[in-house]
Amino acid sequence: MLLAAINWHSFFFLFFALLACGFAVGVLVSSNIVRMAFYLVMSLSATAGLFFLAGAEFVGAMQLMIYVGGTMVLLIFGVMLTARERFINMQTPGGQWVLAAAAGGLFFFILVVNAFQVPDWNTPNPGQDQLAIAESKTTTQIGAAFVGVRLDRPEADNATQRAGMSGYLLPFEIVSVHLLVVLIGAAYLARAKRRVDQPES
Amino acid sequence: MGKAINQLLEAGYHWLAAWFVENPQALFPESCWSGYVLAALIQCALLLNVVAVGALLFIWMERKISGRIQDRLGPTRVGGRFGWLQTLADGLKLIAKEDLIPQDADAFLFRLAPYLGFAASFMALLALPFSNGWVGWEVNVSLFFILAVMGLEVFSPILAGYASGSKWALFGAIREAAQVVSYEVPMGMCVVVPVVLCGSMNLLTIGNAQAGLFTNWYIFHDPFTFCIFWIYFTCAIASVNRAPFDLAEAESELVAGFHTEYSGLRWSFFFMAEYGSMFAVSGLAAILFFGGWHGPFPIFYGSGVSGGEFGWWPMQLANAAGCFNFILKAVVGVTVMMWVRWTLPRLRIDQVITTCLKYCTPLAAGLFLGAVILKAVHFPSINDLAPAVRPGEVRESWVLSEAPAPVIEKGPVEKEHAQSEHARNLPPVVSKKQLAASPQTEGGSL
Repeated sequence: MLLAAINWHSFFFLFFALLACGFAVGVLVSSNIVRMAFYLVMSLSATAGLFFLAGAEFVGAMQLMIYVGGTMVLLIFGVMLTARERFINMQTPGGQWVLAAAAGGLFFFILVVNAFQVPDWNTPNPGQDQLAIAESKTTTQIGAAFVGVRLDRPEADNATQRAGMSGYLLPFEIVSVHLLVVLIGAAYLARAKRRVDQPES
Repeated sequence: MGKAINQLLEAGYHWLAAWFVENPQALFPESCWSGYVLAALIQCALLLNVVAVGALLFIWMERKISGRIQDRLGPTRVGGRFGWLQTLADGLKLIAKEDLIPQDADAFLFRLAPYLGFAASFMALLALPFSNGWVGWEVNVSLFFILAVMGLEVFSPILAGYASGSKWALFGAIREAAQVVSYEVPMGMCVVVPVVLCGSMNLLTIGNAQAGLFTNWYIFHDPFTFCIFWIYFTCAIASVNRAPFDLAEAESELVAGFHTEYSGLRWSFFFMAEYGSMFAVSGLAAILFFGGWHGPFPIFYGSGVSGGEFGWWPMQLANAAGCFNFILKAVVGVTVMMWVRWTLPRLRIDQVITTCLKYCTPLAAGLFLGAVILKAVHFPSINDLAPAVRPGEVRESWVLSEAPAPVIEKGPVEKEHAQSEHARNLPPVVSKKQLAASPQTEGGSL
């Protein structure tokens, strides 16, 4: 039976990965800023699909909410900017292509080198066909890890080993307060400026 | 359901193959996938019908309701009485219409925009449970997933407005963009309250936590949740672009807003998406605040039929009744949205942003705080009058005293997954104590 011969997990992984890469290339080669933003949305959505495929539903939904939703703002700015003739056809100069290729190639090299250092990917896994995707309940684990309970590492009982399990709540709060400061700063900068020391007459 | 269909198909294949060859295993190995594919197709077809046939019904309802509100009859002739085939006639007309693409349009995005909105609306329904266990895809964080996906729906008006190459459409798109940033904040805050009360983002868990008498519904939990439902509903109307928040469309100002340049079937996809997401947000309201698939009086739950005490078929019957309950509640929500649309005048864009950001956001924040404080101090609530579900039973909780944690989580309710884990032959991670303690087992996911 043909259907049984296909490893569907690999099939869908390749499907979403190809979508993500294809639309990422689309961002590169397109010259219209709105289309670029649209391709970016599709690429990021395909990445969310990869997360869902891996069973990380919370991370996948986060990807949709933050990255894809955030690109919407980009899209709006794109729509507002393209009223100008200059942006409808954005041509990338040759020098920028070279720079971008150098930077991107460097990152790609680092990623590939690191990826092939993952031991599970080098050694053949005999039980690969029997690999069942665990029913993932990622939210609970992430939430518990926030307050310092690492459910993935329950074996560390003593205090020394627990030192690294202090939770992410404090860093999270620091980041959120920082974000609030940025928001207030932006509102302060963008407010309607009223000149106080204007001459009376 | 996928498993059952797969087994059925496998048995069928082997029976068929046995007629022709000695060893049917050679032709059809043990692990057939076709059953899962068929199950997926059936689920997709059912959900597509919710969007497409639902839109047919809702558009007819819209005509009749608007007619009654404006003291006229609405359609009366087509299809015999009540004009109930009016939408079908409209659909035929739309299919036959000429498909126009303006000269200035960005043809690729112009073609794509309606389907984006439709896909977002359809994906929201994918994770929406229609009854206990009747859900296309049981996501652990289904509420969050639905909100995230419904947030993507705004791409459709914005892209359509940009790609049309028309100033009316562009105005509509920009208005839509301004509206999005205003309603999403208070809506998120309202939705969090039932999550806090239940302790889970799984809509199945939230719905099951409100089993029993109607006093167990979260809208009656305390005064704060009662008020916060109305704020949720206001924001939900804004999120589906219905009057009084239909600024992106605004037919008296912008011709037809973002879909000015659309015609034919592509135009109708916008409306299928709109009615689909109206159903989705109303269904969300039904699950979060109105007990989901649980009726006001627990006939099936109280007698234990929905718990599977009388076997599998009676349980599915109870689930079908629950599905009816859920759809009824969601349709009532949609009807109220229509009532609001034909009663209230359209707001200006500054009034929309004022309503959502200046009034709804602080109100939602204050009510959220109140509800959380009441929950924290264990304030007596109406939900305690006739509690059907013991506290902690439906809660997604890790029992920390029972460390080490299992490889796979035990799930929101031990009873919710006890049966399905057996069916899936997963390693026995559920402790025996919990299996024995589970009074009811719920059906596997559809």
